[in-house]
Amino acid sequence: MRFLETFFNGTVIAKYTPDIIVAMGITLALSVAIIISGIVFGAVLAGLRSFQVRPLTLLIVLFADLMRALPPLVVILILFFGLPSVGLLMPDWLVLYLVLSLVLAAFAEEIFWAGLTAVTRGQWEAGRATGLSFTQVLTNIAFPQAWRMGIPPLVNRALAITKMTALGSVIGVKEILSVASSAQSFSGSATPLTMAAVAYMLIFIPAVIASRWIERRFHYKT
Amino acid sequence: MNARRYMLEVRGLGKTFGETEVLKAIDLNVSEGELVFIIGPSGSGKSTMLRCCNRLEEPTSGAILIDNARITDIPRRDLDRMRLNVGMVFQGFHLYPHMSVIKNVILAQIKALKRPADEARQRGMELLDQVGLGHKADAMPSELSGGQQQRVAIARALALDPKVMLFDEPTSALDPELVGSVLKVMKDLRDKGMTMLVVSHEMAFAREAADRVVFMDGGYVVEAGTPDEIFGNPKSDRLKSFLSRVSGGAH
Repeated sequence: MRFLETFFNGTVIAKYTPDIIVAMGITLALSVAIIISGIVFGAVLAGLRSFQVRPLTLLIVLFADLMRALPPLVVILILFFGLPSVGLLMPDWLVLYLVLSLVLAAFAEEIFWAGLTAVTRGQWEAGRATGLSFTQVLTNIAFPQAWRMGIPPLVNRALAITKMTALGSVIGVKEILSVASSAQSFSGSATPLTMAAVAYMLIFIPAVIASRWIERRFHYKT
Repeated sequence: MNARRYMLEVRGLGKTFGETEVLKAIDLNVSEGELVFIIGPSGSGKSTMLRCCNRLEEPTSGAILIDNARITDIPRRDLDRMRLNVGMVFQGFHLYPHMSVIKNVILAQIKALKRPADEARQRGMELLDQVGLGHKADAMPSELSGGQQQRVAIARALALDPKVMLFDEPTSALDPELVGSVLKVMKDLRDKGMTMLVVSHEMAFAREAADRVVFMDGGYVVEAGTPDEIFGNPKSDRLKSFLSRVSGGAH
């Protein structure tokens, strides 16, 4: 009884459900935006890297290594508390969106790059021998294959990073965890946190199922 | 035959990889509509020579002319247009695995040749029919046998209406029972008047279909002549010993 009262308090649920639903919208919107920009930017970086221009490659590798090495929360805090002192004021959600997009881009770049290097030399030669330019082979032949090879790790990474939107609670983004955690303070009940867990499941279980479908959809035999 | 003009001329072609001299002053001509076979032991530079003809490999010295244009003088950034004139078929087929058969055949027509999509598709279907695979147009490469994949690769190269076709050991990766279908397509092509330079170990096919056979060894053209001359009356010891080693395929 005490357990139910703590985690599934009916009046608390009724009171905070609307807030949690709004927060779910914010988490969902942030996640979608992060996945799209992270993957697109990562793809662009991997594409640029394939041109093998030394200074550019160096910059890309540095960026990818840095963003993969640093805990995202550290970067979020640095930007959120540091930037205002140099006169750059960014809303909390923008900081969260930017940092997580960049982290995902760093991982996506490495995944795409691994895929590009796994495309055989024969594929490149077949393309070039038919008069296609380097860029045409890259975009029409190499990249689509790298994309298919990259989908399983990319999906995993995208899920892991969108779950990090919960880090927004530290800087006050009104996403699920943040809203639940202040509701918990006001109500003195752990129930809003349970609601948060359920909300995350409502978003991410369909996402996991969708990711399985995507993996199957793009799978092909070589 | 001699009255015909040269479609492909190789003059004093040399190629070194680091310290290794792979090709040493190769001279070779292929007349319009001629099928020239290149034979020789592995490591003799046959494939390298072939790959210089569309500059997948950069020659170190000498010149190559295709339809009287010196392709060895073209700056690297302008190679793409030249390559439209030179079709190439690889040992490993190299079909694009993520595209259907017809898309494999259409891609370069649209992107490199700038042919309108419907025209490219029509030409693609014509060529797939020609290689006996019109019914496989919508299949994926992984659903085809090796022989079928190679025939699609031939159609893909032909789709650009090249002046010369280069074949780099087109049947070496195939199971024996699939070789025939590819050779038949090549023979049809020859009968249609395509100029072809073929690196291959299919000696029986060389006897039957080649206009001339060139024997390469150690980076040189050692001997060249009609199939009867090369197989029936080899002059150099190196050719004699090579033929005795591969005699299983000669009859």
